[in-house]
Amino acid sequence: MDKVTRRKFLGTASLAAAGTAMGPWVLRARAQSGPIKIGVVLPYTGVYAVLGESITQAMELVFARENWTVAGRKIEMIKEDDEMKPPVGVRKTEKLIDSDKVDILTGPVHSGILMGMRDKVHNSKTILIVSNAGADAISRDRCSRWIFRTSFSNWQPCQPMGGWVAKNVSKDVFLTAPNYQAGKDMMNAFKETFVPAGGKVVAEDYPKLGETDYAPYLTKIRQSGAKAVFAFFSGSDAVNFVKQYAQYGLKDTIKLTGAGFLTEPDVLPAQGAAALGVLTGHFYTPLLDNATNHRFVKEFREKYFGKMPDGFACQGHDTAEVIVRALKAVNGNTQDKDKLVDAIAKVEFDSPRGRFKFDPKTHNVIQPFIYVREVREVYGGLNNVVIDRVANVADPGTGCTLPA
Amino acid sequence: MPADLFAQALNGLAYGVLLFLLSVGLTLIFGMLDVVNLAHGSFYMLGAYAGLSLIAGTGNFWLALVLAPLAVGLIGALVEVSCLRPLYRRPPLDQVLLTFGFIYLFEDLVKWIWGGRIRSIPPPDLFSGSVSVWGAVIPSYRLFVIVFGLAMAVLLWLLIERTRLGAVIRAGVFDAEMTGGLGINIRRVFTAVFAFGAALGGLSGVIAGPIQSAYPSMGVAILIPALIVVVVGGLGSLKGSLVGSLIIGQAETFGKAWLPDAAMLIIYVVMATVMLLRPQGLFGRPLK
Repeated sequence: MDKVTRRKFLGTASLAAAGTAMGPWVLRARAQSGPIKIGVVLPYTGVYAVLGESITQAMELVFARENWTVAGRKIEMIKEDDEMKPPVGVRKTEKLIDSDKVDILTGPVHSGILMGMRDKVHNSKTILIVSNAGADAISRDRCSRWIFRTSFSNWQPCQPMGGWVAKNVSKDVFLTAPNYQAGKDMMNAFKETFVPAGGKVVAEDYPKLGETDYAPYLTKIRQSGAKAVFAFFSGSDAVNFVKQYAQYGLKDTIKLTGAGFLTEPDVLPAQGAAALGVLTGHFYTPLLDNATNHRFVKEFREKYFGKMPDGFACQGHDTAEVIVRALKAVNGNTQDKDKLVDAIAKVEFDSPRGRFKFDPKTHNVIQPFIYVREVREVYGGLNNVVIDRVANVADPGTGCTLPA
Repeated sequence: MPADLFAQALNGLAYGVLLFLLSVGLTLIFGMLDVVNLAHGSFYMLGAYAGLSLIAGTGNFWLALVLAPLAVGLIGALVEVSCLRPLYRRPPLDQVLLTFGFIYLFEDLVKWIWGGRIRSIPPPDLFSGSVSVWGAVIPSYRLFVIVFGLAMAVLLWLLIERTRLGAVIRAGVFDAEMTGGLGINIRRVFTAVFAFGAALGGLSGVIAGPIQSAYPSMGVAILIPALIVVVVGGLGSLKGSLVGSLIIGQAETFGKAWLPDAAMLIIYVVMATVMLLRPQGLFGRPLK
């Protein structure tokens, strides 16, 4: 009797609940059957257009594998060009959130844009999956329950390199990076392990972002007495720095090391022989020997006219993969945002870079490995060959407390 | 320490000479046509990309150094005849807007033909290494740039000061209408000067290629330094362009070496000082 009563009660209660929920349910059913909108804020023009292109191409590759459908709903990418300008990026973010009402937002490349859009994203409880920008603060005191990062924090590729360079290359090192947040973040991360390992920073220089002539800095490096250089440059900066470094005859006497962006496949062909022997730390190289990566490299090259995927492409791949897996886990329900956030946090899979998972403490990716890579001429071209690695590199997340 | 100074002075000289090759075309066009050609950076970019393709096709840097500027000069002539000519009677702002529009047009054109990736231009084999000059190590290509640029300065001076064509240009710079009144086809001279200025821009692009590589936004990046040089040296003056370039080259190089955080500020301080003391620039015509 007792049991029946309870069952009866539950039955009635649930019927009543269903009844009350009927109105919103009709509306919800409509939203649930429409396309899932993925907002993309990336640079498609300007110096870093190539990065935006790589990230987008890899995302499209992954969505195409799913036939652009997850849990019965279409996936729609809404792409906006942030032009690498923080005001533009923030405006485009507002547009995607307020008028397009995207379900999930991804991007940007520029740390300044990420910092600029952070509050809008956080306050509107929009889910953002950062696909490049490495600003450390997003994994530290500016972290948010609504923000995840599949790429890296600036700290991650550089911190392990400090100790490694001190031990394997030299203890007298010259540091140089562009004069903006990412540059400073990366050099500080390097020092964290370099100095305790007995390393001495001979001098540091921060040329402007977009410098074309490094001659004055190269002359200073020669005269500094440093035995090695640790550098972070990206895009055209990376090409000009590495080439001019070789032209000034420094390559053979002062070992060039750096963050992985210095010799990514987007710049290697232009650097040519000048990049041979450069040592960099990064979470990815297309040469990684695992099944997911083999498939990714093969499909990417087939789809994009032989283009080699770079770290940026790997980030795009993982961003899309996270989205697909989380949406499957919640069966395409994008209305219950708390559930979706929990599903994203739990996503774990084999990425081209290794086993992918988020750090529950910061929502930043735990790099399965930071690889120490050397540029060599193998497989008919210049490639980053792994010579050493450091496992499980998670950002310290100082000052970040996410609500449980 | 003297070795340091000398090494940096050489760096500054190479950079200054590059700025000269770039800015001389800009200043010539302004002097003659009274047009601030914002698309001059685009001619520089087109020169670099044309050089890139010519070197890839022929394997010969020297051939590219001759042919690329000719191609860019031709493009310049087309721009002048088709778009700029109808605007001479309009306010200067219209012309500035037109040349500003060409920046985007040429940038997209380059992306369409060559793609958005950064492309590298190899220096000629002869100058691929680095050499030591009195203790200062410098890439031999930069030494070549110094010699080439200074030789170009002499050639241009001879052309403008010692030839009949130069006399026409000087007269045109001084008073275009009057020169036309003397029976000289001033329209044709305008086109020729614009094409010549564009070709010089293209030439500087080829020369800069092995140092700075080629990428679609390179033209915009170089425009500001070029304008600063022209303002410092004096609009329309060949000598001003040379002296301005050398000053800015040294100021920026030593700024980067000694005060990296303020390096860009320093060249603006130089420009502001010149403008305060001599608003027309070091060798410019006095302002009316």
